[in-house]
Amino acid sequence: MNADRPLVEVDALRVLARDDSGQERRIVDDVSFSIGAGEVVALIGESGSGKTTIALSLLGYARAGCRIAGGGIRVGATDVRALSAAGLTGLRGRQVSYIAQSAAAAFNPSQRIMPQVIESAMIHRLMPRRAAEAKARGLFRALALPNPDRIGARFPHQVSGGQLQRLLAAMALITDPELVIMDEPTTALDVTTQIEVLRAFKAVAREKGTTTLYVSHDLAVVAQIADRIVVLRDGAVQEIGHTGPLLAAPRHAYTQELLAAAAPAVRMAPPVARTGERPPLLRVAGLTAGYGGANAAGMPVLPVLRDIDFVIQPGSVLGVVGESGCGKSTLARVIAGLLPAARGSVSLDGEALPAKLQDRSREQLRRVQIVFQMADTALNPAHEVDRILARPLVFYHGLRGGALRRRIAALLEMVQLPARLGRHKPGELSGGQKQRVNLARALAAEPSLILCDEVTSALDTVVGAAILDLLAGLRRELDLSFMFISHDLSTVRAFCDEVMILYAGQRVEFGQRRALLDRPMHPYSDLLVSSIPELRTGWLDGISAAHLAEASGGIAAHAIELPCAFYNRCAVRVEGVCNLQKPPLRPLAKGAEILCHRTEQELLAAQSPQPAAVLVH
Amino acid sequence: MSVPLRATLPPRRFRISVTGAIGLALVVFWLAVTAVGPMLAPYPPGRIVGTDVLGPMTHAFPLGTDYLGRDMLSRILVGGRYTISIAFVATFLACFSACTLALAAAVKGGWVDAVLSRLLDALISIPSLLFGLVVVAALGSSIPILVLTAAVIYMPGAYRTARALAVNVNAMDFVRVAQARGEGAWYVMRAEIMPNMVLPVLTDFGLRFVFVVLLLSGLSFLGLGVQPPDADLGSLVRENLQGLVFGAPAVIMPAAAIASITIGVNLLIDNLPTRRVSRER
Repeated sequence: MNADRPLVEVDALRVLARDDSGQERRIVDDVSFSIGAGEVVALIGESGSGKTTIALSLLGYARAGCRIAGGGIRVGATDVRALSAAGLTGLRGRQVSYIAQSAAAAFNPSQRIMPQVIESAMIHRLMPRRAAEAKARGLFRALALPNPDRIGARFPHQVSGGQLQRLLAAMALITDPELVIMDEPTTALDVTTQIEVLRAFKAVAREKGTTTLYVSHDLAVVAQIADRIVVLRDGAVQEIGHTGPLLAAPRHAYTQELLAAAAPAVRMAPPVARTGERPPLLRVAGLTAGYGGANAAGMPVLPVLRDIDFVIQPGSVLGVVGESGCGKSTLARVIAGLLPAARGSVSLDGEALPAKLQDRSREQLRRVQIVFQMADTALNPAHEVDRILARPLVFYHGLRGGALRRRIAALLEMVQLPARLGRHKPGELSGGQKQRVNLARALAAEPSLILCDEVTSALDTVVGAAILDLLAGLRRELDLSFMFISHDLSTVRAFCDEVMILYAGQRVEFGQRRALLDRPMHPYSDLLVSSIPELRTGWLDGISAAHLAEASGGIAAHAIELPCAFYNRCAVRVEGVCNLQKPPLRPLAKGAEILCHRTEQELLAAQSPQPAAVLVH
Repeated sequence: MSVPLRATLPPRRFRISVTGAIGLALVVFWLAVTAVGPMLAPYPPGRIVGTDVLGPMTHAFPLGTDYLGRDMLSRILVGGRYTISIAFVATFLACFSACTLALAAAVKGGWVDAVLSRLLDALISIPSLLFGLVVVAALGSSIPILVLTAAVIYMPGAYRTARALAVNVNAMDFVRVAQARGEGAWYVMRAEIMPNMVLPVLTDFGLRFVFVVLLLSGLSFLGLGVQPPDADLGSLVRENLQGLVFGAPAVIMPAAAIASITIGVNLLIDNLPTRRVSRER
């Protein structure tokens, strides 16, 4: 093969999709790019930009209802479009392999891991089983998996999500493919888990010189791993460039928009002039909750939250931050009354809210509304938008006839949706539109407090940013308070007045918004903040060893019952103290409280005031 | 800020496949028979009009004559009404009560669910034909008894299906939203859950309808169904069974009628529009 030719060439690719009415339309239009041997190229774009469709076409595959209608696809010496069905079988998993977003869905839950990892080597008869298994163990080691010699004997549910994603990479690399396609491989992972997975991917790609096509919507992640970036929108290439220059000086307007959305602007309401001491709107004290009935001591069998205290002031926004499983959604459910607390109290305007939904008055229910993450499941697919919005208006305010119709129209306008959408069912709306309807339904009750559970997490960056703008505007106009739950620190920093950081059901830090910016902070907050990929190349390689160790330590078993849940991962733990005594509530000068045995000075000494990476370089 | 809008969707027409159209035609035909069939009958169904027993198809008797020389066409037109109306009412009762109980079990959960499910599990373990035999033998055969017996026999199965559907829908966030709003159990059952299980429940309705037709035909075949001189399709098969050896239309035609009802209903159900191609109003 000619050394000057790139390994992979896609030339004027065109993919058509057939919609419900049988019309064909272009979802990928005239896309051309190349990947050199050993190069990592990223396809970046929002959902619907055609990035996965393009990635799949390199496998000679088009999803149901789609077809590759034109253009050339070459991988190595193979013209993918000219291959027969048998030829494609030889290509897939052998020459080109694919790593999907959800490792949990890509593994067969009823088979052990090793046979699945080496399956493609067996199918293509590349090596005997023993050799394949030995090679897989080598890959496990290279991917920094724990227990590389024995992990293959486990079942998929017995390893963590980050480990499963790396095992999926081993599966893709077992045949030494010419090209590996990674489709959003870290999107479903928590930030601290993402670090070790990204580092493992990068180390293996560098060591083996694997040619990689990396599909993602996250510019900051791509900045760490890609040599070149292809920016896509609506199935067409907007800009192709080397990572550094493209991030530093984006030429295309859309790339600039993406960069702007990745570093969200602060949407602060002007500080509310506090006339005298207004009593807090919501006060939560000593809250303990969980699932699975109560044991002899009155504690839930599976505790999820322990001794949570906080207040929300009228008109302010509390951000609740933490990784999956930390109890943030459970907190919203307890406040909304969907899950009765085992201990502790929730009071609204000084009036205690009964723990159970049935014991709350209609007025109490009206004043606290919950907005769920997935608008797909939070809106009844059988009802039209008008009906969805009408119900709370009828139920709480007794509106009917013309007044009802006017109020529905006003609500749709408030969330910036055209009135004609009212006649559509949720299934006919886009993700962002659905989330707006979801919000409008909560607004219909005219609540005092809205509990937002990850309302922007399922949306694209640009769409999510628009929803945040909407929330900020609504807050100014309607004097609303929010509890804003998110795993995304930058979103919380952009929108919230106060933040609460949860780790394994314990409130490790609570303070003003700047608590997330200023050190010292709780060791876990520090880990979380420094785990967010930064929009510059070299961030991933510059993470300090202490943070790496913290990031790769998993949550301890029964962490919520330990004196300090973060003890096993903490880089500054004190043996004999942290694992035996409950940490004190320690006020910090920046205006926050943390649960930690370490003093402010000790923490400040351990945490660099600058991003850790800068010091290492 | 721009809100991306999908272009207004083209009005979707109600499309149905060829097999679905055949099913629809058969169902419409049998519904018409139920409605006006007896008025079209050329002879009174109980009168002996032919000289020939188990006679062939002729101009005078388009479907032949039965074992006593009665006109088969007239008897099928009347018998079809019995079979279809009894089966429809029985299936409706079974499915309606099953859905109501299933929704209650899914929404209330806990002991309501446990008690309902175990009771109906006990009922489902009784062989259906045997149960029918015992009830009819004890209470005598009348149309209300037949309807109730069939409804009771098929209710537990319909409950199982409906409960499985309702539990799935009940796990969705929009049900949590309704509960957090303070809605009562009845509203949640009726307005939030039921609309999302209508199609599978209709499919189940069609299947049960076919089972009830077959059960009624079976009971009639054993002589416990609709009593002479009236006859449903099952009894028509039974009373003319001796004609089988001559290949008489008197036994083939009612059997074909039962087959065409069940096949028609099944074809129609299998081709019901799914939610993705929901009709636009």
